[in-house]
Amino acid sequence: MSTDLSIRDFEVRAGGVPVLDIPSLEIESGEVLALLGPNGAGKSTLIHALALLAKPSRGALTFKGETVTRGSDLTMLRRRMGVVFQKPFLMDTTVRRNVASGLAFRKATDIEARVDRALGLFGIPHLADRSARTLSGGEAARVSLARAFVLEPEVMMLDEPFSSLDPPTRHSLLDEVEEILHATRVTTVMATHDASEALRMADRIAVMREGSLVQIGPASEIMHRPASRFVASFVGVETILEGTVTAREGHHVVVSISGTPIRARADARPGDEVVLCIRPERVTLSPSRPDADNVIPGTITSIRPMGHYTKVRVDCGFTVHASVIRADDLSEGMKVFVSMDADSINEIAG
Amino acid sequence: MDLIARGIARALALIFSLDAEVLRITLLSLQISGTATLVSVLLGISAGTALALNRFPGRRILVGLVNTSMGLPPVVVGLFVALMLWRSGPLGALDIIYTPAAMIAAQAILAFPIVTGITLAAIQQIPPGFRLQVLSLGATRLQMVWVLVKEARLPLMAAVMAGFGGAISEIGASIMVGGNIKGHTRVLTTAVVMETSRGNFDMAIALGIILFILAFSITLLLTFAQQRERRR
Repeated sequence: MSTDLSIRDFEVRAGGVPVLDIPSLEIESGEVLALLGPNGAGKSTLIHALALLAKPSRGALTFKGETVTRGSDLTMLRRRMGVVFQKPFLMDTTVRRNVASGLAFRKATDIEARVDRALGLFGIPHLADRSARTLSGGEAARVSLARAFVLEPEVMMLDEPFSSLDPPTRHSLLDEVEEILHATRVTTVMATHDASEALRMADRIAVMREGSLVQIGPASEIMHRPASRFVASFVGVETILEGTVTAREGHHVVVSISGTPIRARADARPGDEVVLCIRPERVTLSPSRPDADNVIPGTITSIRPMGHYTKVRVDCGFTVHASVIRADDLSEGMKVFVSMDADSINEIAG
Repeated sequence: MDLIARGIARALALIFSLDAEVLRITLLSLQISGTATLVSVLLGISAGTALALNRFPGRRILVGLVNTSMGLPPVVVGLFVALMLWRSGPLGALDIIYTPAAMIAAQAILAFPIVTGITLAAIQQIPPGFRLQVLSLGATRLQMVWVLVKEARLPLMAAVMAGFGGAISEIGASIMVGGNIKGHTRVLTTAVVMETSRGNFDMAIALGIILFILAFSITLLLTFAQQRERRR
């Protein structure tokens, strides 16, 4: 696999203050990389820098083997990329002219036909002659996406274009964009603060915090083996257990959590203090003692319906968070058995 | 009251009979102020856009200067242009003092900061993200500026109106550098002053009405264009 875009020893400053500091990041050809982090983590700044819209104060950017220098023709390089911003930033003209604008800048041929295809791709041919000012939020987002995808860029950057949309609109648009990304296999960098959005769209996730990359890896690894408490809480891992390693058993260790022995995956020796975590959907609740790993009796302290699933909190001498699909036969104060597969319990850095 | 009523009656007669002198003064006024507006719009929109998009040392002082100059006293501009164009002045060789060209120069200087100031404000109120979006679509810097100017076209029409209004209604500079020469540099404003001072109130009222109608109808025309755009 080849690298499309990479940065090295990269720093961006705003008003003299460093707002982005990344030792190294490589974006592979054809992958979808999600930048995941809270507001102010530097996701937009990184996208701007990758799209050659913000100058670094230090560091090098290489695009398809070509290192950008002071003498590089930025316009020509930008014409091989596409960016969709959080706000649609439509021009005050018709939808058709908006979608055609990038092609017009390039003085491209067959603009009409390409615009028609892009409008079709996002289901908005009927809006072609409407003024951009009269569109709803969802329609404007579609126009903005069509305007970028019509350019058939080598790298596409999506800077939270869905974040201000209502949930049904967001979900249907996410479905469509996901399909298009998979069909075109265009290299994509997308910023989001929504872990589930990152998980469903991305091959790899880069978690950002305060201008730095704190963890980067395959989406499932970030979800199940977060590198820190920050990443864990950001990707919805609520059960955090602290304890001391008492023994090693093959690939696993036994950790004493408030006196309860728990088998887990950890690279630690007896006597070490460790912090463990487990995703809530990997925790199983049973009314009677099951034949499984790490079975611990506990009492349900709270049940919160979340729509598609229910969050259940169990007191086992320490708190375990579980998410279950059906909670009809559960009630607060009920005694249950918690079981957790040892391979699902991972160590985090603390 | 009688004076005013008689004046208005005479004035209407002069206007509707298409009096040659009235017609000549009106056309010259339009020509001079129209050209001055065109010059100030071309220069002012360029300068205002440049000032809005670039950061350089001394920019704030320049912006302050533009904003103060939006209320430039016409007499001072007249004096400055007259001194420049005076036969022994730095631009005396041009030999254009007491010509329409000199009046165009003076009016353009007056209207220029107005157009520049409004353009600056109009371009600056476009969010910075919009500029990045346009660049990311592959625009060259020139293409981006053109998009911004089109985006700000409603306030820029206001700039044109304000510039024209300033030019056509101005008197001090016009009389100083034009001289109010009959058939050559006599325009509506200078003629109104002269006729009033001579006691020719009917002529003064006629020219005054025309000046008012001209300024009003051109502004109205631009306003219609602007508001139709807005509703689209």
